Amino acid sequence: MSKEVLNAKRLLCPLPVIRTQDKVKTMATGDILQVVCTDPGVMQDIPAWCRINGHKVIETVSDDMEYIIVLEVG
Amino acid sequence: MSKQRKAVALISGGLDSLLAAKTIIEQGVHVEGINFFTGFCVEGHTHAIRKKDKATPKRNNALWSAEQLGIKLHIVDVIDEYKDVLINPKHGYGANMNPCLDCKIFMVHKAKEWIEENDFDFIITGEVIGQRPMSQRKDTMPVIANESGADDLLLRPLCAQNLPMTLPEREGWVDREKLHNFSGRTRKPQMALAAQFGFNDFAQPAGGCCFLTDKSYSDKLVDLWTSRGRKEYDLDDVMLLKVGRHIRPKSNFKVIIAREEGEARFLQGYKKEFINMNCASHKGPLAMVDGEPSEADLLVAAQLTARYGQGREAEFVDVTIREKDGTEKVVTVTPMKADEIPLQWMI
Ligand code: SF4
Repeated sequence: MSKEVLNAKRLLCPLPVIRTQDKVKTMATGDILQVVCTDPGVMQDIPAWCRINGHKVIETVSDDMEYIIVLEVG
Repeated sequence: MSKQRKAVALISGGLDSLLAAKTIIEQGVHVEGINFFTGFCVEGHTHAIRKKDKATPKRNNALWSAEQLGIKLHIVDVIDEYKDVLINPKHGYGANMNPCLDCKIFMVHKAKEWIEENDFDFIITGEVIGQRPMSQRKDTMPVIANESGADDLLLRPLCAQNLPMTLPEREGWVDREKLHNFSGRTRKPQMALAAQFGFNDFAQPAGGCCFLTDKSYSDKLVDLWTSRGRKEYDLDDVMLLKVGRHIRPKSNFKVIIAREEGEARFLQGYKKEFINMNCASHKGPLAMVDGEPSEADLLVAAQLTARYGQGREAEFVDVTIREKDGTEKVVTVTPMKADEIPLQWMI
């Protein structure tokens, strides 16, 4: 199991979702990806994308500046 | 046992593509969605930028549609490839800078490439004959099928009964009798079908889902190309045209002034790429100067910046001008009066 971090700061939705999707394609089932974003829209869009495509959101963290989503590749 | 047939559905996030995909899913076909991000899509960006939009639910309608349908959605970044479609549309533009026919051909062509790579059988769109004046007419339907290279692999479930048989119908992968014969601008059949499928809360954006159909956005894009002397753009240009008031006092520069806090926060991210300014003596918006301004031009920009701040009625306002490298200077200007700003400056 590998753990990777994707920097999607300054990108606006749906670009963080697209970058997440493209990164996940290179990973294996059970791998962990942490996506770091600045667009609050990701808090809705990345979990929705995960639900549709069979991945699991493990954790979401947000403060005023950053939104972090940790997901497990399905 | 017959082979499980697979179709890719172009999902825009609107009702028609949702219904088209559902119609085919109901026939036992395996459907996955594809959504192309050109950079000009309305949702997402504007919500993220503009604070006043925060009250409206911020969802990506294509993802929402896919979730309703219970299908996978592949979002494809076509920003770079799309430039040629927008800059050189073979079939021209619609009422604004929307190259709808070329855009449809491009998207169906990309979907055709996708089904070949992913071993899918055919393509579905939510097009309806007569629904849109430029791209969804009886005479343009075959143009899209032919020029995209999809030919009879392109099925439009909502109006298929008004069109020649496609391969999926001829081969019996789908039952033509269970497809539809919608036509024209009425939305009633779509509403009835949505009710039948139990869909509500679907997106019906008043101004469409693409900035290129918007007059004000198109004017700004044309202005950008005219000022540069060539048709070109990058993603930052696309984004910045969505934000702020754009005022062009002269051909060599324009001023972009944030209209509210969300826009100001967004523009902050571009401070290293543009000369920028804001009022120092009063509260006021952040403004970016795009182009090659002279010292005198910067004073005009400062007067405009002051005009949109709380010191607009003051005799003098101090404005901080910041170079791209961060060096600052403060100038004192008289805010421009509303009637001193020629209408043709406003893009
Ligand atoms: S409205 Fe925009 S996205 Fe839709 S077909 Fe026209 S150019 Fe393409």
